[in-house]
Amino acid sequence: MLMRRISRLLSHPLSRSQHTITLFPGDGIGPQISESVKEIFAAAEVPVTWEEHEVYPILEKNGKTRIPQPAIDSIFKNKIGLKGPMRTAIGKGHVSLNLTIRRTFGLYANVRPAKTVPGVETPYSKEGVDCVIVRENTEGEYSGIEHTVVPGVVQSVKLITRDASRNVAEYAFKYAIDNDRSNVVALHKANIMSMSDGMFLEQCRLVAEKYPQIKYREMYLDSAVLKIVKDPSQFDVMVMPNLYGDILSDLTSGLIGGLGLAPSGNMGSGGIAIYEAVHGTADDLTEHNKGNPTALLMSGLMMLRHLELKSQADLIEKAVLSTLMERKVVTGDIGGRATNPEYTAEICRKIRA
Amino acid sequence: LQHYFIQSNLRMLRAFARPFLPIIGGKAASTSAAIQPGTKYGGKTTVTLIPGDGVGPEICESVTTIFKELSVPVEFEVIDLTKYSLKDDGAFNMAITSLKRNGVGLKGVINRSADFRTHNVEFRGNLDTYANVVRCMSFDGIKTHHSGIDLIAIRENTEGEYSCLEHESVPGVVESLKIITREKSLRIAKFAFDYALEHNRSKVTCIHKANIMKLSDGLFKQCCKEVSELYPTIGYDEQIVDNTCQQLVINPQQFDVMVMPNLYGNLVSNLAAGLVGGAGVVPSKSYGTNIAVFEPGARHTWMEMKGMYVANPVAMVLSSAFMLKHLMLHDAGDKLIQAVRQVINSGTCRTIDLGGNANTRDMTRAILDQLHALH
Repeated sequence: MLMRRISRLLSHPLSRSQHTITLFPGDGIGPQISESVKEIFAAAEVPVTWEEHEVYPILEKNGKTRIPQPAIDSIFKNKIGLKGPMRTAIGKGHVSLNLTIRRTFGLYANVRPAKTVPGVETPYSKEGVDCVIVRENTEGEYSGIEHTVVPGVVQSVKLITRDASRNVAEYAFKYAIDNDRSNVVALHKANIMSMSDGMFLEQCRLVAEKYPQIKYREMYLDSAVLKIVKDPSQFDVMVMPNLYGDILSDLTSGLIGGLGLAPSGNMGSGGIAIYEAVHGTADDLTEHNKGNPTALLMSGLMMLRHLELKSQADLIEKAVLSTLMERKVVTGDIGGRATNPEYTAEICRKIRA
Repeated sequence: LQHYFIQSNLRMLRAFARPFLPIIGGKAASTSAAIQPGTKYGGKTTVTLIPGDGVGPEICESVTTIFKELSVPVEFEVIDLTKYSLKDDGAFNMAITSLKRNGVGLKGVINRSADFRTHNVEFRGNLDTYANVVRCMSFDGIKTHHSGIDLIAIRENTEGEYSCLEHESVPGVVESLKIITREKSLRIAKFAFDYALEHNRSKVTCIHKANIMKLSDGLFKQCCKEVSELYPTIGYDEQIVDNTCQQLVINPQQFDVMVMPNLYGNLVSNLAAGLVGGAGVVPSKSYGTNIAVFEPGARHTWMEMKGMYVANPVAMVLSSAFMLKHLMLHDAGDKLIQAVRQVINSGTCRTIDLGGNANTRDMTRAILDQLHALH
């Protein structure tokens, strides 16, 4: 009780004002884990008001997909959002929801921290993993430009632009500084793709010069992948184009125990930041409310730190990590038998204690 | 299309006839076993040796030392191809001619020389060594995060992302083309299934990212599926590459044979090499229609350590052992593989990448001692 009063006094004066956050609960276990996050934030007395909106794809006449206007307006107003897992219907003709959201808000950098979770044993727990992947999220191999040149020959275009590369590099270094990280490594394959990855590297180098306090180096992607599975502790912040980031962020999630524990944040232009759980909708766990809210919760904590509500974030994180370490009340995906409400209640109990 | 229909029928016939081939005495045209085992002059086979850059010359020296002491009937045609000699086109052409003539090569890695196409890629294009096979098998003597791994990564090595077709369409915007063709995808898929059959493997997994690159990886995936139907005894499934990388660090024992396009092959083979002990211990084989090139599995030159003799020669020595087997010198090849594995598993001699402080020559000596002990 006393500690909470002191932490509140010590926290940033602006943080005492209320923040309005857009919440997209999503599909499947989404609504249930969103409820958990709201409960836990309330227990920690986080000064946040939630504005919930439903998100579903709307196929327009011109063939483009968009999300409902109220959802779009909410994000542009509040700037900060938390998103649950969303289902993409296959074969309905519209583009994936994740891609639509990315394009709507210009989300150019995807940040995926991977930190060993105490209580979740992986072969890598002993040396500990604590790295962050900053992935360019708008172009690269995911430009979607493909065509059949002649029957039997397909061409896929990988697009790298100076501006997008510079934006993601800037964000990577800014993140490093804001989060007390010491080095940034750019991963590339410029020995093969000398112009495209070469341009990406050129921009990274230009940005690195502006931040001499952060150590910058470059590494071939295949070397990095080989080294990270031998000794992940040597990696700190990593920045790279789209495809490499996608693959590597799933790899680092695997090092800490899987997508059910992995938080993620997406940075957009104009200060927009949308945090999300990257796992699937897990429809089979919905009926008995057995989903694991940890990933969404960790993403929420990333969001709190972004809003400079560090003390509340630390308080919640301590409760979550100690619950996971005790392994008495944890969900099925990490080997326990508790339901989502039971796990949530345990965390709230630890916060209030 | 008609031509293809006939070809696919022929392939089906061949697939059915395959189990009976040893009896008939025929040879399957595309498997590694059927490629001509090298040029022979006076009982000795001539093999092209390209040490390359970085630690290449040192680890190749281990191979030549071992072969000399064992009196293996192989003569090396050494071609010195480094980043600097490649400024002259002649050296490159000489290497290609030599490899085409000899049909078998042992190769280190050549560093990029800032020209438009890296020379390693040129090599593969010119020789059409389309299939790169990396077998990652756990060693008892190397402490790693996972054990019991035995997977084979088969990588299409001539097209895909490594087509090196790039241009700056407007200032500040670069386009890089990834090319996938039906012909090459079918070819690598068939190679993978033939390889699986030949080596008694039970499942082939196609690694792709067709959820995003629907046309290109979609074509690759479709070709693999078509070929899988011709091999009913081999299991087949598909997996998205990011999930594969995650699964490889969580549960790598689930993988058997994996077939994939160029870039994913690069990533997965390096990842798997890291899982079993690193670039120093994993060999690889590359096959073309009439040529076989053997080189270390994870292609890194380690330029900083050039000349210091600290590199682990095991990858190169194992590659040379596989080369001996390819040349039908099975006795020598098998003995060499056995000796190397025993040296590593006993842990008596360890180079720095394995946590010890032996140098390249110490390791070579240890392998030779083990070989003599086996005699």
